[in-house]
Amino acid sequence: MTLIHETDYGTPARVSETLVTLEIDGRSITVPDGTSVMRAAMDAGITVPKLCATDSLEPFGSCRLCAVEIEGRRGTPASCTTPVAPGMKVHTQTDKLAKLRRGVMELYISDHPLDCLTCAANGDCELQDMAGAVGLRNVRYGFDGENHRAAAKDESNPYFTFDASKCIVCSRCVRACQETQGTFALTIDGRGFASSVSPGAKESFMDSECVSCGACVQACPTATLTEKSIIEHGQPEHSVITTCAYCGVGCSFKAELQGTTVVRMTPWKNGGANEGHSCVKGRFAWGYATHKDRIMKPMVRERITDPWREVSWEEAIAYAAERLKAVQAKYGRGSIGGITSSRCTNEEVYVVQKMIRAAFGTNNIDTCARVCHSPTGYGLSQTFGTSAGTQDFKSVDKSDVILVIGANPTDGHPVFGSRMKKRLRAGAKLIVIDPRRIDLVRSPHVQAEYHLQLQPGTNVAVVNAIAHTIVTEGLVDRSFVEGRCDPAAFAKWEAFIAEHRNSPEYLESRTGVPADQVRAAARLYATGGNAAIYYGLGVTEHSQGSSTVMAIANLAMATGNIGREGVGVNPLRGQNNVQGSCDMGSFPHELPGYRHVSDDLVRQEFEAAWGVTLDPEPGLRIPNMFDSAHDGSFRGLFVQGEDIVQSDPNTTHVTSALESLDVVIVQDLFLNETAAFAHVFFPGTSFLEKDGTFTNAERRINRVRKAMPSKVGRDEHWVACALATAMGYPMHYETTSEIMDEIARLTPTFRGVSFEKLDRVGSVQWPCTGFEDDDTGMAIMHGESFARGLGRFVITEYVPTDERTTRMYPLVLTTGRILAHYNVGAQTRRTANVAWHPEDVLEINAVDAEIRGVKDGDMVSLASRMGATTLRAVISDRMPAGVVYTTFHHPVTGANVITTENSDWATNCPEYKVTAVQVARSNQPSDWQVDYAKNDVERKRIAAANVLAAE
Amino acid sequence: MSGHLITVFVPRDSAALSVGADAVAAAIRAEAAKRDLPLRIVRNGSRGMLYLEPLVEVETAQGRVAYGPVTPADVPALFDAGFLTGGEHALGHGLTEEIPYFKKQERLTFARCGIIDPLSVEDYRAHGGFRGLENALAMSQAEIVKVVTDSGLRGRGGAGFPTGIKWNTVMQAKADEKFVCCNADEGDSGTFADRMIIEGDPFCLIEGMTIAAIAVGATSGYVYMRSEYPHATATLRHAIKLAYDEGWLGDNIHGTNRTFHLDVRVGAGAYICGEETAMLESLEGKRGMVRAKPPLPALEGLFGKPTVVNNVLSLCSVPIILDKGGEYYRDFGVGRSRGTLPFQLAGNIRNGGIVEKAFGITLHELLYDFGGGTITGRPIRTVQVGGPLGAYLPPSQFDLPKDYEAFAAQEAMVGHGGIVVFDDSVDMAQQARFAMEFCVAESCGKCTPCRIGSTRGMETLDKIIAGKNVDANLELLADLCDVMVDGSLCAMGGMTPYPVRSAVKHFPEDFRKKQHAVRVTHIAAE
Repeated sequence: MTLIHETDYGTPARVSETLVTLEIDGRSITVPDGTSVMRAAMDAGITVPKLCATDSLEPFGSCRLCAVEIEGRRGTPASCTTPVAPGMKVHTQTDKLAKLRRGVMELYISDHPLDCLTCAANGDCELQDMAGAVGLRNVRYGFDGENHRAAAKDESNPYFTFDASKCIVCSRCVRACQETQGTFALTIDGRGFASSVSPGAKESFMDSECVSCGACVQACPTATLTEKSIIEHGQPEHSVITTCAYCGVGCSFKAELQGTTVVRMTPWKNGGANEGHSCVKGRFAWGYATHKDRIMKPMVRERITDPWREVSWEEAIAYAAERLKAVQAKYGRGSIGGITSSRCTNEEVYVVQKMIRAAFGTNNIDTCARVCHSPTGYGLSQTFGTSAGTQDFKSVDKSDVILVIGANPTDGHPVFGSRMKKRLRAGAKLIVIDPRRIDLVRSPHVQAEYHLQLQPGTNVAVVNAIAHTIVTEGLVDRSFVEGRCDPAAFAKWEAFIAEHRNSPEYLESRTGVPADQVRAAARLYATGGNAAIYYGLGVTEHSQGSSTVMAIANLAMATGNIGREGVGVNPLRGQNNVQGSCDMGSFPHELPGYRHVSDDLVRQEFEAAWGVTLDPEPGLRIPNMFDSAHDGSFRGLFVQGEDIVQSDPNTTHVTSALESLDVVIVQDLFLNETAAFAHVFFPGTSFLEKDGTFTNAERRINRVRKAMPSKVGRDEHWVACALATAMGYPMHYETTSEIMDEIARLTPTFRGVSFEKLDRVGSVQWPCTGFEDDDTGMAIMHGESFARGLGRFVITEYVPTDERTTRMYPLVLTTGRILAHYNVGAQTRRTANVAWHPEDVLEINAVDAEIRGVKDGDMVSLASRMGATTLRAVISDRMPAGVVYTTFHHPVTGANVITTENSDWATNCPEYKVTAVQVARSNQPSDWQVDYAKNDVERKRIAAANVLAAE
Repeated sequence: MSGHLITVFVPRDSAALSVGADAVAAAIRAEAAKRDLPLRIVRNGSRGMLYLEPLVEVETAQGRVAYGPVTPADVPALFDAGFLTGGEHALGHGLTEEIPYFKKQERLTFARCGIIDPLSVEDYRAHGGFRGLENALAMSQAEIVKVVTDSGLRGRGGAGFPTGIKWNTVMQAKADEKFVCCNADEGDSGTFADRMIIEGDPFCLIEGMTIAAIAVGATSGYVYMRSEYPHATATLRHAIKLAYDEGWLGDNIHGTNRTFHLDVRVGAGAYICGEETAMLESLEGKRGMVRAKPPLPALEGLFGKPTVVNNVLSLCSVPIILDKGGEYYRDFGVGRSRGTLPFQLAGNIRNGGIVEKAFGITLHELLYDFGGGTITGRPIRTVQVGGPLGAYLPPSQFDLPKDYEAFAAQEAMVGHGGIVVFDDSVDMAQQARFAMEFCVAESCGKCTPCRIGSTRGMETLDKIIAGKNVDANLELLADLCDVMVDGSLCAMGGMTPYPVRSAVKHFPEDFRKKQHAVRVTHIAAE
């Protein structure tokens, strides 16, 4: 194991069909037209000194170290900004250049502290390297001239420092903030010698618009921007390539370590999803993995009111199996079940679902995707034939029109958000459909052409109205529809959608979106070139979530925006492995690969492989489990790495269900809210301790590698195997790769995948085999034909949700997330990310606030017919009148105490996005919050004796 | 012209205003009213003889008669002397056109400046205005570019790049939109020709830009004006409005189906924005930072679109070229420097002002025949040619013909035609220091040689001036100059060493004044 040093080619790769051959230092090299001389030299194995150039940024030409001589040209042009030309003869090392470079370095060092030995970048400093490369031996200017050596340090950001005294003003940070991240938080202040990097208008990093993505730190060639972890620990000695465990983007990272201590996470340039970019979560918020709250030992207890008792693994597993078996003996096989986690690896999820189907002998298996993207699986499967997004992330680079609906990429999927913003800055047009004015609507150098600010719950109406416009204004791509889609289904749909009740004008009063805007957006989508749709939970988490997904698919098919780069239908997956957990057969009706349990051939295949008889009837979905718990037929639950109490809607319904169970087993890093209702706790492993794979939103199977050994002594899949074995069904895998081999054997879309292949090619996008050039899988789906053969238009009738505003509850609450936190916050709340978002707040329009006498920062009560909570109100012009918004990152907020049990008609995905509420000033916590505070202490006690013994 | 009314010309040019032209005009008006003498006052541009400003002219049957410099106190006496009919007075210079300073010039670009009412389209047309544009409107794009190429016109901003070739590049570029940008960020010390022609003949610039736009296929243009030129800005904005009103700008120019929209943008006081790429950044609303080239602005200029960036004088030379043909213009000048250049005499000079002459004139002729030597009466020790980045030339080089190539061979430049004169009291070490100081103040800060080098250069010169380690520091200074020349991103840092090197080369004695004295002290201190 060594430290991975990635080659920096100095300038970005260029794509061109024209190749140019030139000679550099006597070596002939052929590169694409438009390539810089610097990059061509690197391709030829020749390193040209450089400081301001780095291959993630466009050439800038400011440091002047990379000067070269070109025969027949005057002067000493910078190789970073000079493109190659045919027959060019370049010299990178001459006496003149040596003198020039030394002269430039002499200037740099004349304004630089000479504290290399105690500098945090010692050993990882390009300035130091260049001083060595050019042979700088003395600084004749002396050190008594004007300088910045006393410049102040900005330590405001919790994760990195900005030491202006070490800054060489190469602008790499400024450019990274602009080009890579697209936030434009940094600039150069002053001019000439006084030039200095400034966040905002001379603000601190923390007070500025900086989103702490780390791109500037990554780009800095000196110690100026340095991770605090590196200042504390020093340079890493080895790295492990792995995959971030936060959102569905699935960024590849180098975990950089000293022994088993992670000292830095750096985005990996070769990562297919992120290509070297990161966000504040993946880059910095990994400290939870070693947080003191982590539970390191298995624990059991008789009753949930008892304190926890730490026990051995053997005892915990035996205890769990015993209780589960007792329940089954009394109430039948179907009285227990389990929930898999979209945060765990494919291998872990696969093993848990296998345990439930084979060892528990039931299909009572569901996954947290139920509450996020189950409508995506259903909707895209119905229309296209696969339960997955159609594109890779890179595809957006070729989009001309981008339609974002019910997603907030700059907060929820920040690395992809940055890629999208880059394309938007380059001229692609943007349509946003969202009740809330998300950042994309208007941010630096990005402005939506149309923001259709609809009433929550009217997605189907708006998408239908767009389709209506396309159909009635003759904008349908007839040749695509005729060649690729089911004609009968299209004809039916065409007649349906053309009806007046689907027109923008008819629906305007329902949706609140002016008809002319809908029409204009529809025209742009249909005629603006490559048009791509990106959507998130704002689409799925509705009573008509599946309908909206299908309505979106209809739109893409009607306009021929499927099957090539730049187009498509793209769900932005919430969690790191939502795609994978669904692929792995986590649904009660589907075995791995989305194959129905009622299909005899499918079942036979698994029965043969697993040596058991499988139930042909679908099992219980999560909401059914809760309902069955209430009626007494469901008695035992295994929960893998998910906090259903905090994340599922209508909290009191969930908790009363859990309280009625005979046995609840939780496997997690922390004693989460669900664990308060559990009898067995299996300590889990963080992603840094896992070996396996995650599958991201673009169907990319990425490797997760162990950066450190399991802190709890066991791998999570070992626990499932041990429990299955204890239940009477022996399960055992020598290595994690054996699990993937079994997955690949039994799952058509995963065929051909193995750890060996992933290690060799980096990542693979499923489907992985069965077509030409399938080494890294399929980037763009449905190229020649749809996975289901002919694309199928589905009638999507708009049916308003049952959740209506009333005089009692006149406002609509919609929920979401913010950049600094992830999901229930179990991880991010245990990092310095709380500096940005210490509490959930209620965003409310100024008019709604005024009517209620609510001032900015007031505590307010937020109540629905389900329950109430108290939180801080923030007056925000992002919100339209009548709609309020909050996040669910902090358990004390209890945002889901408010949400209802309404759910998607097809998949039961909860309707988190529409709840009728009332807001009033309040000076006390809600009843639920009082109970929560009490239970939080009582239900999470660990027996003192054992704590002492453990010490 | 309004019949029998006597016309009196009092310039509105900034240089004239700075010495009281408004007060003079008011005094003339008041005195005429007092004496019940009806007259018409035209606020014209300057004739360019700044040493005579405020230069009052009176229209007579023989021609315009000049009086100057006139103060308000002189006005009653001028009336008494019958100046309204060309009467003699101590301030009188006879017919303006016969003043040798003026008569010896070859006015092509400045042909109308000081003669016409700058804000009268009628006056402009009466003096040949818009004939070039009318010709251009009847030509193909390629034909216009060919005429400009044939004329031999080169960029008057300083770099001397052939205008026709630049236009051809933009014309050939394929794009949905193209721009013509005029660089009126005239920041070089001792230069004022851009300002003067904008204040004295703004339609000439409008016409030149419109021709450029038609030639390359641009539909919008901007004039980037330095903030220190409020009068020029106001005049040009007014002229643009008049041009729109009369159909010389806008959509469908005079029914020809050609479109050109023109607007003025005012800078924020950065010298570097006179560098074309920094100017484009500034026009885009960004910090005035120099861009690396390539890409050339001709291909990726304003907002990334193909853009003609020309200096005011280049664009103002275009109308006469299109009016009289490329050959007419090319017949002036020498070698590869064709046409005329409006030289600007400034600094310690007796007769400061504009001298438009064909290339090939020597410095000696300009300094003595036109300029009349220093105003202090002391001998000229050196002149700085081409702005603050131009070399200092000693009298031994005053016979150098004004020609781009001849000057370049001496590491000097013709530049924008500015000439700043110094007498023998100048301290050239201080002038060298000033060159670095200017760079310290004006460097955009992008490239290292300019950003840090200028500060180190100033510090090193301070040490030299103080007599510290003079030999070693002169060597260091020479090395620094090499790094700045070879390494800088643009001419700001790249040419700052020219005045420094030339000062050291031609006036080495000024750099060793304290050397001996300090060396003794220094050794004692050690």
